[in-house]
Amino acid sequence: MASTLFLQAGVFTPLYWILDLWSWFMSWLWNMTGLGMLQYEFMHRAILVGLCIGVMAPLIGTFLVHRQLALIGDALAHTGFAGVAVGLFVNAVFDLGVSPYLTAVIVAMIAALFIELISEATDAYNDVSMAIVLSTGFALGTTLISINAGGLAVGVNQFLFGNLSTVSPDSASILLVLFAVIIGVVGLTRNQLLYVTFDETAAAVSGLSVRWYNRIMVMLTAMVVVGAMQIMGVILVAAMLVVPVAGAAQVSRSFNESLLVSVVLAELAVILGIAVSYYGGATAGGVIVLVAVGIYVLAVVAGKLQTALGEESTPEMGSIDVDAESTSD
Amino acid sequence: MSTPLAREADSRADDNAVIELAGVDFGYTATPVVKDISLNIVPGEYAAVVGPNGSGKSTLMKLMLGLLRPDEGAARLFGEPSHEFDDGSRIGYVAQHASASKEMPITVREVVKMGRFPHVGFGRLSEGDWKIVDRALETVGMTAFANRPVTQLSGGQRQRAFIARALASEADLLVLDEPTVGVDIESVEAFYDLLDSLNREGITVLLIEHDLSAVTEHADRVVCLNREIYFDGPTEEFVESDALARAFGTTVNFLGGD
Repeated sequence: MASTLFLQAGVFTPLYWILDLWSWFMSWLWNMTGLGMLQYEFMHRAILVGLCIGVMAPLIGTFLVHRQLALIGDALAHTGFAGVAVGLFVNAVFDLGVSPYLTAVIVAMIAALFIELISEATDAYNDVSMAIVLSTGFALGTTLISINAGGLAVGVNQFLFGNLSTVSPDSASILLVLFAVIIGVVGLTRNQLLYVTFDETAAAVSGLSVRWYNRIMVMLTAMVVVGAMQIMGVILVAAMLVVPVAGAAQVSRSFNESLLVSVVLAELAVILGIAVSYYGGATAGGVIVLVAVGIYVLAVVAGKLQTALGEESTPEMGSIDVDAESTSD
Repeated sequence: MSTPLAREADSRADDNAVIELAGVDFGYTATPVVKDISLNIVPGEYAAVVGPNGSGKSTLMKLMLGLLRPDEGAARLFGEPSHEFDDGSRIGYVAQHASASKEMPITVREVVKMGRFPHVGFGRLSEGDWKIVDRALETVGMTAFANRPVTQLSGGQRQRAFIARALASEADLLVLDEPTVGVDIESVEAFYDLLDSLNREGITVLLIEHDLSAVTEHADRVVCLNREIYFDGPTEEFVESDALARAFGTTVNFLGGD
């Protein structure tokens, strides 16, 4: 149903080409390597979705973590769950064939804007409003799904914990759109987002509309968590925003480096996690997070070693010179 | 607009003022935080705002910079209403060093680079922009620290990096909100020497400060605030006046700060 609705609109056609192309590439890779997990089409999509998550989650997470906003991802994931429930409910009642991930994106973005507006009115992001939004989202989700359950058998686990095998072409296509929007917006506004993240008052003085960039940031966060929910599940999705970023902060000296390192760590966690969960028959979301946390611990150790060695070799100053970086942005 | 102070007359006369407040009242709630503030900062001045904790210093600064809008009266920046002023590159802002994100991995050069953001907008920094960044680093004596993470700097070094950011944006007004809180004493001296030399080069300096010895030593003009202006004039006159005691509501010597 869902696919016909969107295919008729023609919106998803080019995205299906991308999926086909990717699938062809994965099959080729399977022929070359003989890796069993590359032989199924659902795994092709799951890997693609995973790789996208590995880029966009730490990218957005970097801007959140350094503003002590790490938990906003969790709150938005739970409202995303309400959005999923709304989608399932609407489908059951009106037979519209709307992808629940699409309604999840919409509901989570509205919730994001709502959190932001509350914080603007009260001049602070506060735990209480975040907790209220989080539990309201989850309560709404469970309520709607329990009503729904009578008419339609719905597996909630797939949304709560994520599932590699249920990544449909539709939801993979939605993710590709989210991915493009997120990369595009962050690419365009990276200067502004960095300034607002690092020093909000100075950014405001320099003429930036801090409110607008905050709104953009929370909306992007909503997109990331819903996109990543398919594999990671509602409950664990926020970890991908936080853990790789925290790991990267341990070993990075510059902001650009920390962005790059967090993406590398996230991709490592995603690929290893998907492989382990495929061969070990475990839930991907859980394994990915465990791998990410393992990498984080290694990063902490590496960071400590780096500092210890650094203090030994550079007793005071002067050893770091201008040669390392010339005109990189 | 009934200001009892005679100062009001010449406030309005000056069209060149960098900052202009006329009869400004402001309160976050019904209780005013600052009342009936009129003052002008002219180009090239080195002015300091002093006052006890909770006297409205930071609020006054926000009003000046257009981050807050007055309930009464008018605030102007470079001749435009402050909240409409949009050439942020002309203002360099340095906060208390504790305020910026402490854990974030970011190098000195990346911080100073932000000074160019008002100029480049959504674009990339050109080679010329990078040259300006490097010159700013040189001016504040931080070239050797350019690729060092800000987290590894001392308080004084960090504040120099923020000054460099202001210089990179080619600001002609430098606003500093208690910049030396938590900075060690030797660095403080060097920091104020840097401000002096920038001021001599024509940059207008507005210092919000609780450290009165620094103020009397370096600033040309003192504005003493405790919700209202108790004194506004040359530093030498301030030292001899009783404004400080009246503003702080006691007669003790406040050179120790708060």
